[in-house]
Amino acid sequence: MKVFGVRLPGMSSLLIWGLLWEIIGRTEVSFFLPPLSAVITTLFEIIGSAAFQKALYETAYAFSAGVFFAVAIGIPTGILMGKNRLLDELLLPWVNIFLSAPLTALVPVLMVLFGFGMKSIIITTTLFAIWIIILNARAGVMQINRSLLEMAHSFGASPWAAFSKVYFWAALPEILGGVRIGVIRAVKGVIIGQLLISIVGFGALFELYANNFLMEHFWAVLLVLFALAFTISEFLAYLERRVSYYAAKR
Amino acid sequence: MAMPQTDSTIATIDSGKQDIAVSVRNVTKNYGPVEALKDLSLDFPRGQLTSLLGPSGCGKTTLLKIIAGLLDPTAGDIEVDGKAVDGPGPDRAFVFQDFALLPWASVIRNVSFGLELRGMAKSEREDIASKYIKDVGLAGFEKSYPHELSGGMRQRVGLARALSVDADVLLMDEPFSAVDEQTRRKFQEDLLALVANENKTFIFVTHSIEEAVYVSDQIAILLPRPSRVSDIIRPTGLREKDSHSIRRDPEYLDIVDEIWDSLRSYVE
Repeated sequence: MKVFGVRLPGMSSLLIWGLLWEIIGRTEVSFFLPPLSAVITTLFEIIGSAAFQKALYETAYAFSAGVFFAVAIGIPTGILMGKNRLLDELLLPWVNIFLSAPLTALVPVLMVLFGFGMKSIIITTTLFAIWIIILNARAGVMQINRSLLEMAHSFGASPWAAFSKVYFWAALPEILGGVRIGVIRAVKGVIIGQLLISIVGFGALFELYANNFLMEHFWAVLLVLFALAFTISEFLAYLERRVSYYAAKR
Repeated sequence: MAMPQTDSTIATIDSGKQDIAVSVRNVTKNYGPVEALKDLSLDFPRGQLTSLLGPSGCGKTTLLKIIAGLLDPTAGDIEVDGKAVDGPGPDRAFVFQDFALLPWASVIRNVSFGLELRGMAKSEREDIASKYIKDVGLAGFEKSYPHELSGGMRQRVGLARALSVDADVLLMDEPFSAVDEQTRRKFQEDLLALVANENKTFIFVTHSIEEAVYVSDQIAILLPRPSRVSDIIRPTGLREKDSHSIRRDPEYLDIVDEIWDSLRSYVE
């Protein structure tokens, strides 16, 4: 965007919102909103603390494991649904139901089934991320140019070769789009899991800081979480742009 | 040409004297209640180019895909070198109307893709691919991607891919219909040279009468609903002509007229 002929770098609007936050914080309208500067000072204080690093580790672990399962199960499932009409008819209603279902309501059921530990948190994370990954991989496969498939078939491609050399790559732009949205949903999943199932990780920090009215700490952790999610999402968006040159030409 | 059945019988007897590379025997193809092809028989002489010509919806692409093994006939048989066909095989290679190139792969990977699927080692298949990339006039574009090439160049990639697997039979599905007129003329000239130099059997689907007469040793005219071979025309004197003078040859002009007369009533 240009203002008075000067080109502003991306996300300059954040400066305005940051300034607004600072001003409102200083007027002390609400204890709930401390000034941004105080939040950032607190952020640097707690970032080195053992409690924070333990929370970061626990959250990162559950998050990575959850995303890993969502990707490893979701992409092949979506591709198979796109290829196989029968499988698609069988699974599509469930995928759509779970995509729009309030998954938080399912968490107590997961606790009964899988206990109060890390396992349930990872499963919650996976459940938040996997459905959109499946749907996007499926959509990616369904729009593959038929003649590419005929080409692979006519040159004698085995089913595995067709899958790994044609289907996967042809659907890759949509698959990456699905993974990017899935990852953002997984961030929600892991925090909800940590809040509801067992109070560990960032969920525990939120709980602790909120209950003790440590609003600077609360906002600091939220900022860290936002920054992490944003970085991962931007990285995936970058990968998506790398492959999008052929998205329109399959 | 009023009696299609009689004509195709004559054609079969007639070509029986020649060396037949591909033979289509009483092929019927139904899509549900729709008869796409009905009891169609046709022979393709070895080392020659046969065109399948007809108005749209006459099933010429369906027939080509059945020969390729991409579609199963409802009834009837396809034989390539006397062996019955039940699926795609290394004896046939397909050139697609829309090129069917992998957009994420370079020219050399696209050209060697058929060999890659056969499990050939990378250096070996890229040597073969380089040779055919040169043959089709794309030397220097090995590392380019399809979206960086023009339509004509993309179809050259598709042609090089089909040539590099060294199949006896080349199946071409309206290969020049998606390129501009000048490129198309150049392609047609190159195709004549290819038929003369490579000892391959070409089966060429087209809806252009001029194109069919220009490039073919044998033209099979297909009529629609349901499709059958209505006539087989063999230009006799055109092969000896220089590629530039064919379009002025009286025989060329007569055949074009004759075919148009037989097809015009099928065109809305």
